[in-house]
Amino acid sequence: MSFNSIISTLPYTYPFLFVDEILQIDEESCTGTYRFPNDSYFYKGHFKDNPVTPGVILTECMAQIGVVCLGSFLLNITNQENPALTENIQIALSSSQIDFFIPVYPGEQIKVVSKKEYFRFNKLKCGVEMFNSNNELVCRGTIAGMIRK
Amino acid sequence: MTDKTILEKIKAIVTPYVQRKEGLEDFDEKTDFLTDLKINSANLVDVILDVEDEFNIEIDNTSMEGMLTAGDAKRIILAKIEN
Repeated sequence: MSFNSIISTLPYTYPFLFVDEILQIDEESCTGTYRFPNDSYFYKGHFKDNPVTPGVILTECMAQIGVVCLGSFLLNITNQENPALTENIQIALSSSQIDFFIPVYPGEQIKVVSKKEYFRFNKLKCGVEMFNSNNELVCRGTIAGMIRK
Repeated sequence: MTDKTILEKIKAIVTPYVQRKEGLEDFDEKTDFLTDLKINSANLVDVILDVEDEFNIEIDNTSMEGMLTAGDAKRIILAKIEN
């Protein structure tokens, strides 16, 4: 299983897929990147004549890379005899607590680093950080979701 | 540890996750975590993890699925403590 084959198992597509590449993934952690395209639809309204990536979108990006990609990987390794099943993963965000430090502007590439706190009874809880291309901390927090095949 | 002590500890553990606070007023063995207390499934996992820490036991998937009421939780905890 290549790192990027995980992306094809995600239940998202344009314009709500916020993962370009998985750089690293194992049972405990995951690192991935995404570049926010200049023409992303939300920049038209957030804010008027002053495009800044919305915090909810940064949170979504952290959740997709940090929790859903890692969750899909964890389901795959516990389900090797029938990996096709994990193409139908069911997910739901259950909680998020994020602190934001600096803005992300159109066209910027970010990196998300996630560390598993626990994955039990279908609940995956992770500590997640996002960095910009200067390796400055953009936001940080805890995200949990229910995930199963 | 008495049944009453265990139930009191369970009540203390679930309290932060309860969405229907009236459900705590007549908390007893019949109290259902999902219907009476409106705890969601994600927070039910937190309840289980807190129960494990409080009583120094491990709850497996089968036990988790059977833990619908405070009485179920008490019986599972008692069985694990005795082992």
